Amino acid sequence: MLFHMKDHKAAVLENDLNKLQKDGPAAWADLPEDELFTPAGFSEERAEATSYSNYSYWGSTFRAFFKNKIAVTLLIALIAVVAFAFLQPCLPGQADPNLCQVDPATGIQFRNIAPGEDGFIWGSNAIGQDLWARIWAGARTSLTIAFFVALIEAVVGITVGVLWGYVRQLDFFFTELYNICDNVPSTIILILISYVASPSVKTLILGMSITGWIAMARFIRNQILIIRDRDYNVASRCIGTPTHRIVLRNLLPYLVSVIMLRMALTIPAAIGSEVFITYIGLGLSVETPSLGNLINDGRKVMMQAGLRYQLLYPTIILSFVTIAFYLIGNAFSDAADPKNHLQ
Amino acid sequence: MLKYLAKRIGRSILTLFIIVTLVFCLLRLMPVEGYFANYEKMTEAQIQAGLQSMGLLDPLPVQIGRFWWNAFHGDLGVSHIYKVNASVTGILAKKLPISIQMGVLAMLLSLVIGIPMGLLMGRFKNRWPDKIGTAIIVLIQAVPAAVYYLYIQMYGTQALNVGLLFDASDWRYWVLPVCSMSLGNVAFYAMWLRRYMVDESNKDYVRLALAKGVSENNIALHHIFRNAMVPLVQYIPSAFLNTVVGSIYIESLYSIPGMGGLLVTCVQRHDNTMVQGIVLLYACVGIIGLILGDLLMVLIDPRISFGKKEGGR
Repeated sequence: MLFHMKDHKAAVLENDLNKLQKDGPAAWADLPEDELFTPAGFSEERAEATSYSNYSYWGSTFRAFFKNKIAVTLLIALIAVVAFAFLQPCLPGQADPNLCQVDPATGIQFRNIAPGEDGFIWGSNAIGQDLWARIWAGARTSLTIAFFVALIEAVVGITVGVLWGYVRQLDFFFTELYNICDNVPSTIILILISYVASPSVKTLILGMSITGWIAMARFIRNQILIIRDRDYNVASRCIGTPTHRIVLRNLLPYLVSVIMLRMALTIPAAIGSEVFITYIGLGLSVETPSLGNLINDGRKVMMQAGLRYQLLYPTIILSFVTIAFYLIGNAFSDAADPKNHLQ
Repeated sequence: MLKYLAKRIGRSILTLFIIVTLVFCLLRLMPVEGYFANYEKMTEAQIQAGLQSMGLLDPLPVQIGRFWWNAFHGDLGVSHIYKVNASVTGILAKKLPISIQMGVLAMLLSLVIGIPMGLLMGRFKNRWPDKIGTAIIVLIQAVPAAVYYLYIQMYGTQALNVGLLFDASDWRYWVLPVCSMSLGNVAFYAMWLRRYMVDESNKDYVRLALAKGVSENNIALHHIFRNAMVPLVQYIPSAFLNTVVGSIYIESLYSIPGMGGLLVTCVQRHDNTMVQGIVLLYACVGIIGLILGDLLMVLIDPRISFGKKEGGR
């Protein structure tokens, strides 16, 4: 109350002073000293406004993320590309990716038409299929595979990681399992699974996610071990908070940034693995276009300079998608790390 | 030291045993055509008789036991399609040296390029060497290796004026595969060395050295770099695994007569025993590489104690 009074008094005095000032220095020359020098006053509301009481985690995260111009530009472009890949079959005038188009004049297939000619935006391949349609269909397949791999890795990895870190009895079992899995190059396992199973989208997803989750689980486990017995978690346990609530509300929010980063990095890795496994000859059949078999087809003609566009366009899409995911993932995880929020 | 070594090797042997058994069980799910060179022309009875004579109709534990017994005697069976009735070990023995040469060269090259690159980036943090280096690293890491290998091959073979078929006696044929194989690890080393150098450069001893008036180059080279290298050594095993895996793709791209190309060929032609043998060999190489990496780390930094480091990698 005292401060409010002073604040009020200061305002009154200032008004007086302003009035006096118009009359010139002579008017206030004989004022008492305590009226010339008064405290500026203190407003509780204004003092509150400068503190961090209205801090919001996601608000700060997005604010930090949107400050990064490159990441935002890439994000918009990436959303556009992904949306276009999935909307492209619904647009009018799109060719069937598997249709071998025949020139009505000659009755011969449109073989290796250069980009931009005869209505083939990105040209056609050796049997007259429209590369524009095939590349977007391929991008759809590859993105779907990558998305499910990332999702399975995240769900299984987080679940196992939490159990591994939180339940002490399971530690030995999972650590040994990790030691075994970590010793084998995951590509070898991927090759084996694809070799044994017949190639399809499902087996590729299985093969890629079968080893990936354990690295994620290991990571989560290490983080959980660090924060499991911090005071706030001990306090939660003491007042009887159920375990699932501690995990969901106390532990996992702390890990959002690393989980996002790993998911963002899994997507390019999965697309790359698909290209590799197709090259080996264990990938999808040509009836299911994917970036892997398009690049593999392009590789076969890459030594003929005139046909390089068949390799160029799929690799451009692939490289754009992977670089975008990589950079956005890094930018987002920086932004989501609460340590970077109060600077 | 000996105790740690024994423990580490014992664990690896156990791992190897489990992996090979798993691989063996997985391959029993394979379509049986992988055991016969002329499967299409055979009758059902002939196939059954053939499987019987190879012992593939026995119960699984019996098969595994026999496989291990033979493997201990250096016998991994015979190839059925790649080279009919040639022994798998015989084929691998011819291919292994060239793969090892290539892998070692690639590892050395990646160290020779990656470490100075990381050093420069750490020394000139946030200045142009750092920015260029970061851009290169992002490019190498984000673009799938399967793609940039192709472009290196496409433009590299033209630039060096070499053909697509590998010729071990001409050095020019070694340049592209070795460079491609080392690229991933160059990015790996440079990225981590930079990270550790930046972490290290905020420590007190660096400030003290600065205050004493030691030149920045001297500090970077003699103080920071030596300490930053210690944690980096633990990435050498993973880098080694990267090289091993990269070799599968690269050897097959350049048709280098090594193990990697062989694996791809055998997978494409469905030769079960060959796939089994090569996978076994790759698993062994991977595991041995990891052990050597762990030991190297113990050797390079006297502060790491032998007993406590278990499973901390």
